[in-house]
Formats: sequence, C-alpha cells, structure tokens
Amino acid sequence: MATTTTIKPDTLVGKKIRRREDPRLITGTALYLDDIKMPGMHHACIVRSPHGAAKIKGINAKAALERPGVVAVFTGADVKHLGAVPCAASLPGLRVPHHHLLAQDRVYYQGHPVAVVVATDRYVARDAADLVEVDYEPQPAVADPEKALAAGAPAVHPEWPDNTAFTFHQEGGDTEAAFREAEVVVKQRITSQRLIPTALETRGVLADWRPGEKSLTLYSSTQIPHLMRTLVAGILGMPENLLRVITPEVGGGFGSKLNVYAEEALMAFVAMRISKPVKWVESRRENFQATTHGRGHVDYYELAAKRDGTVLGLKLKLIQDLGAYHQLLTPAIPTLSVLMMPGLYRFKSITADIVGVFTNCVPTDAYRGAGRPEATHGIERMVDILAAELKMDPAEIRFKNFVHPDEFPYATTTGLSYDSGNYAEPLRQALATVDYPALRREQAQARQEGRLMGIGLSTYGEICAIGPSAAMPAGGWESATVKVEPSGKVTIMTGASPHGQGEETTFAQIAADELGVDIDDILVVHGDTAVVQYGIGTFGSRATAVGGAALYYALQDLKEKMKKFGAMLLNAEKVTLAGGACVDELTGNSISFAEVATAAYHAKKLPPNTEPGLVSTHFWEPPNFTFPFGAHIVVSDVDRDTGQIRIRRYVAVDDCGKIINPLLVAGQVHGGVAQGLGQALWEEAVYDENGQLVTGELTDYCIPKAHLMPWIESSHTETPSPVNPLGVKGVGEAGTIGCSPAVVNSVVDALAPLGVKHIDMPLTPEKIWKLIQEGGRA
Amino acid sequence: MKRRISLHINGQPYTDEVEPRLLLIHYLREVAGLTGPHIGCETSICGACTVMLDGKAVKSCTMFAVQADGRNVVTIEGLAANGKLDPLQEAFWNEHGLQCGFCTPGMILTARQLLADNPNPTEPEIRHGLEGNLCRCTGYQHIVNAVKSAAAKGRA
Repeated sequence: MATTTTIKPDTLVGKKIRRREDPRLITGTALYLDDIKMPGMHHACIVRSPHGAAKIKGINAKAALERPGVVAVFTGADVKHLGAVPCAASLPGLRVPHHHLLAQDRVYYQGHPVAVVVATDRYVARDAADLVEVDYEPQPAVADPEKALAAGAPAVHPEWPDNTAFTFHQEGGDTEAAFREAEVVVKQRITSQRLIPTALETRGVLADWRPGEKSLTLYSSTQIPHLMRTLVAGILGMPENLLRVITPEVGGGFGSKLNVYAEEALMAFVAMRISKPVKWVESRRENFQATTHGRGHVDYYELAAKRDGTVLGLKLKLIQDLGAYHQLLTPAIPTLSVLMMPGLYRFKSITADIVGVFTNCVPTDAYRGAGRPEATHGIERMVDILAAELKMDPAEIRFKNFVHPDEFPYATTTGLSYDSGNYAEPLRQALATVDYPALRREQAQARQEGRLMGIGLSTYGEICAIGPSAAMPAGGWESATVKVEPSGKVTIMTGASPHGQGEETTFAQIAADELGVDIDDILVVHGDTAVVQYGIGTFGSRATAVGGAALYYALQDLKEKMKKFGAMLLNAEKVTLAGGACVDELTGNSISFAEVATAAYHAKKLPPNTEPGLVSTHFWEPPNFTFPFGAHIVVSDVDRDTGQIRIRRYVAVDDCGKIINPLLVAGQVHGGVAQGLGQALWEEAVYDENGQLVTGELTDYCIPKAHLMPWIESSHTETPSPVNPLGVKGVGEAGTIGCSPAVVNSVVDALAPLGVKHIDMPLTPEKIWKLIQEGGRA
Repeated sequence: MKRRISLHINGQPYTDEVEPRLLLIHYLREVAGLTGPHIGCETSICGACTVMLDGKAVKSCTMFAVQADGRNVVTIEGLAANGKLDPLQEAFWNEHGLQCGFCTPGMILTARQLLADNPNPTEPEIRHGLEGNLCRCTGYQHIVNAVKSAAAKGRA
C-alpha cells in the first residue's frame, strides 16, 4: 500500500480564496431565521410602548383575544416571576434596574415591550396587536444625556433621581504634573452620536418546546449561541442542558446581535405555555426602536503638550448615554473607550471620568468598534486640534508622537500592553499614495481661488482579539474541535459564530495547510449548542485571532496523533503530513491521509500509549489582546453653495497582522469604512424631547448607499502579532475605527480658512451649509 | 374574501387562493415556499425583497400577491439553470460581493435589470443603478466589481 507521492508546496493561507459560504447565499437556498417553518408553528407580535415614559394604568386584551386565530395574549404579570434580561458587565456601584421581560407598571422608552400577542397566522397576530388596549399615563421623559444630568431633570427610574447609573475613574501617570509641565493645552467637546446598527436582517426568534422531553430548542439570529443558552436558561430557571440554541444563517449583526434580549426568553416562555412552536420576527420599525443602538457619547477632552508638538497628558470627561436599561454589556462599552484613548501616541499620563447616564431611550451597547471608534475619534480630532493650534502639519505631529517600533511590548498609561507595530509605516505609505506635498500645494491653490478642499488624516490603533478572560465578564477564550473522520474527511467545530465574516473559508484554509488535505474535504460547523462545544462567539474582531488560534492548537494535536499512526503503518522513524498523504521523510514512502484515518478508527493496531480515534478539542486562552493599527487619508471638496461633501479620495493602509485571505480582509475594510462614513456624514438616531424616535425608519435614518460611497483604495502593512501562533490581529472593526476622524479632519481642514476648528458628526449638508453661511464660527 | 391567483414563478405554474392584502413577498416566501427573497424593511427602501416581474426588477414587499396574477415572476431561485450559475451569481462569488448574504438575492436581481438596460455600465452608472438596494456589510465596492465583471463577461 505504500506509494511515493510528490509533496505539494502550495499553501492556502495568504491567498485570495472565494468563499465556501457563498453557493447557498447566491442561490437563495440559505436558511435565515424567518425561513424556518415548523408544524403547528404560531406567530407572535409584540405590543410596544408608543411613549418615551409612561405609567401603565391597565391593559385590556379582550378584543384581541376575540379575534379568530388569536390563541393568547401575555402581559407583564404573566412573566413577572421569570428572571431579568441580563447585564453581564459589572462596575463598582453600578445601579442595575430590574429588566423584566415585559413592562410591569411603567414603560421607560419608546418600543419597550408591553404585551405579546400569539396567533396562528402572522397577519392575524399583527392585527390583534392593534386591538390590545393599553391605558398609559404619559410621564415627562428625557432623551439627552446632558439634560438628564441637569438638576430637576425627569427621573428615568424614579428610584434614582440623578439619572446616574455609575461613575468610573481611571488614571495612569501623573496628569496634574503633565498639565503643569504643558506649554499648550487644547480643549474640545466632541460627540459621537447615537447610531442604529441596522443589520439588514432584523432580529428573530423561533422557540420549539418539546413537552415530552421538557427540552427547548431556540433558534435565534445571534452572534453568541452558547452564552445565550446559559443566560436564557437562567432567566427561565430551566436546566441549561435541556436548552439548545441554534443559530441559522445570520444576516448581519455588527454588535446588535451580541446580546440576550427579552424576546428570546419571552418566546421560550410562550412556546412552553401554548405547547406549540412560536416565531417572532422583528419589523424594521421595531428594530430601530428596540434593538440596541451604538455610541451615544458626549466627551470633554483636554490635551496637554509642549510647543514642539510633544503630547504629555490627556483628560477626558465621558458622558455615556446608556438608555433606559443595561443590556448585556451596556455599561462596559465606555470603559473600552478609556483603554484606547491614548491611541498610538506616547502619552505620559491620562485621566478619565465616565458618567453613565440613564435616558428614556433604547439601551446602547456594542456596535462595530464598541467604544474604540469613540476613543479614536476623540484622540484623532484632538491631535489635529493641537496641530492647528501649533500651526504644525497633522502628519508631522503624528510622526513625532508615535510609539517607536523598538518599544514593543509597549505599556500604555491605560494599563494595556501593545503587542507589535510600526505605526509610522502605514502613514508613510498613505502619504506617498496620495502624494501629500502635491496635495498640499493643490490645496493652497484652491484656497486662493476660494475653493474648499480638505485633507484629513487618522492614524488609529484598536483593541482586538477580545480578549483575555480577565477582561471579560464570562470568558474571553475560544474553542475549536477538529475531527478527522474514518474516511479522512475533516470536520471543524468552532465556538465562534460567524455571520458574514467568512470563517467557513478562512478556518478551512488554515486546516488545509496544517493537515495537507484538500480544502474541499473540510467542513466548518458553528452555531449549534448541541453539536459544537461551548464557545464565546463572534464579536470584537476575535473569531480568527482567538478562535483561529484554538483551531491551530487542535490541529497540532491531531497532526501529532496522525503522524504516530502513519509512522507505525509505514514503519518509519519520522513522517510528515502533506499533499493528502503521510510521508516517510527518509524513504519517501507514503500512505494516504484517508488510510491513516481509517486505521486510527479500525484500531487493529495502535501506536504506544495512543487511543483510537482522531478528535481534538482546544480551549485557547489568549495571553493578551492584539492591537491592529493603520492610517486613513480622506481628500474632500466642500460645495460652498450646498454644503455637500464630495470625497475625492479615500486611502486606507491597515495593519491587521498576518492576512489569511486578502479578499475577505478587503471586504471587512470596505464594509467597516462604509459604517464609519455613515457615522461621519449621515447617520444619527434622533429622539425628541418626549423620547420619540424621530429617525424611526430607513426613510429617516440614512445608511450609506452604493452611489454615496467613494472608491476605497485599500492596502496593508503586515506586522505579525506575537500574541497568537497565526500572527493575526483582527480586521472586523478597523475600517470603522479609522474612518470617521479622517473624514471629519478632512472637512474641518477644508473649512479651516473660515475659522472652523471642530464639527460634530454627522456632517450633513445642512450643518455644513449653515456653518459656511455663518462664516464658519464653530 | 380570498381571491384565486394564477402566475408563473421561475417558469412553474402556481395557482392559489390568497387574501387580497397578502403581500407578494409573503406569498413567495410563505405560500410558494421560495425563501430566497428576503424582508429587510417592509417600506421598499432596502430592496432585499427584489424579484423580477415580467422582466422588471420590483420590490415585492410593496406589492400585493393579487397584482402578480397572470404574470411571470423570477426569484433568485430561478436564476441558475440546470445547476449552472447565472454569470451574475458567479461574479458575486468570484469578487466577494457578499458577506452576510441577506441583501444578495435582491442585489443580484437589481444588477440583472441594470445590465439588461445597460450592458456596458460605467462605475457611477452601476452605483446609481444599485442605489435602491442596501447592503450593510460590503461597502458596495466588491458588488460594483462583481457587476463590472459580469458585464465584461457578457460582452466577451
């Protein structure tokens, strides 16, 4: 059976491989949550508060229940005995309002769930929801976090009249000394407005209760199936091992599905009560009102520096709009901002004070970047403001202050250890790409002609591979199982939960290289708690940097075991696995990969101290975060007559560590930039003074469209991370984090001749036009 | 009050009794069992529900099923013939024109309409042709590449 084969030197890691996920997606045969039907399945529709704040005086469901097809209406009283919607984050002194699955005697935000109507038909459920009469007594509301902190503001939760959920202080170094030493101090109030994540697929849940087994299967469009299982079991008080969570195809998340919402436990409760499967799918209007929002910062910065541009110290007062409740990570998000606030620069000291504020709005939580875009926007604006004050070039001031390549690992004043980097290199490359000196000359000419042309830079750093368990409420490791089946086919089960990122492809690339098998012989499975070992999920640019590392170590174990079998079968001293075979290094004799696999299961003969079978599971705990970085340059032209901003060039040079698949990395950069651009130019969740969401539909909330996007010129430097064996850092959020300050810096630069020093996002034509009309006072 | 409708979907005849208010997207998904077209907004903004009606791309979330009576509908499921992908499907795959995939069926059908109207579009023409279809994942750049690539194949 031994034959001689040639070892193929080809490797797949680093190559553009088209995705293995795509055939089902481009043919319309993938199954998303709403595509799943079950025998006897019922439909639920949720009655939500139309008020920002109100007392509930009574609920009359009689008319709804009389509607043919309606089987039940449940209200707050029915679920009062169940557990609360969980908040996993903990901070000293954190005030946590009890978050019932349905409102009890008060509603705290527009969209707050009040009742659930269950019917045999989707349309009937929706009709009957309108028949549920809720007697509200509206109360004064407050939607603006700064107004909520003012004396005499309406109390969101009457028990806490100051609307303060927590305060948090962090300092590193001697900030007071830095400010005493300073030759120049610049100050600015900078906001990062509330955003609506807007995954194109809204949330949805299907609950299937099997009374005979007392088991429940929950299908949910989520980023975290295993955490959901643990937490929903806790809410329901049911044994975790009788709850199975299945994540079908997920149509985007961006952090908004990194959560456990009331609806998951609510549908489980309904299914148990009616003993039938029940499905709820969020409408877009509900999605805007009741799925977590992102950002919501008002930041007050002070930066101390020397006149030569050397930065010394940074102070931040951060006001975080939390909304009415804490969702899974709500209060933790601004603490990530504080960690990242020094950016790529050698600050001697920082001081940060966070105030977490309750408002009559839907809770904020993670949204692409989760705290880091806010921090990066702040520091990158402040560095530009300092450069303007000192009449220095914004590139020069950055080069002056970067952490040097020989300083890694670099301990920041916020307690992080930056892993690796050459922070100047992406900026150098980006400047060369746009021919920066020529652009500045062109700008000088444009200014003479009265045209408004801007050049904006951002050099960002971010925290990825989230993260070491010490930094996480419920574990920051990730898991992988690799099985080589008796036929030699390979099954990978990852605890990550991809929903568009493409790990079915990238993980197969990694495994194909390690095992020396064809990528088409590898299957990557995820998102089913009954099949996959416990995992944490996909968020925080962690799937490859943590989950991929777990996979790598599981593969090493399996390789060693297969080599033992191969060496035994070949009577060889030393063997390698490559080209679909196990090869005797000395003689070149080989045996196929499949034959080794079969032998390991048939187990007619076993190597010494070796069990039959080929399965390996690893839970990998990362020793640190990873820290990607990069430089983005935006060249813009502002139309004096309309306030329209035209982005002439968008150049992104990103360093996400080692690249597994350049095609997918480019996709992540483009998508990330689009979301950053959405924040910079168009998107803002607006609540009025009564807590009414004014931007309640896609007609009023403008996410980027194809014709609004500039061409993104994307390239990379590649600095491996020493944190994991793959050298990867993560790329899911980089585009978003790098983008918004580059855009705003560019437009402020364009308007600088008018005396403009800062503009808050979004830079709508109306806002820009008004600034120009007013002669640029800002 | 139900009404009988007869139509062709992807070349196959369908006859059903439907409520007059049943949206075409719900008819396709719930009655005909074609879940390729998706619902992203129910206000005809996002385009995830786009199908071809008598050869024109339409948003099926703002049309009643009864309005499709007697007409020909093509959904994403009807594009691949005998297991062979349509050139646009192939191009979206090759160019990584999708991530989560939720917008993709509608995006591909709108792109089909675009290329039928203009087989040789410029980049701005492609972008304007797709402006009625939202994608939150890709930033559209790879979608633009996919349409360019399919157009080039169509000319070859």
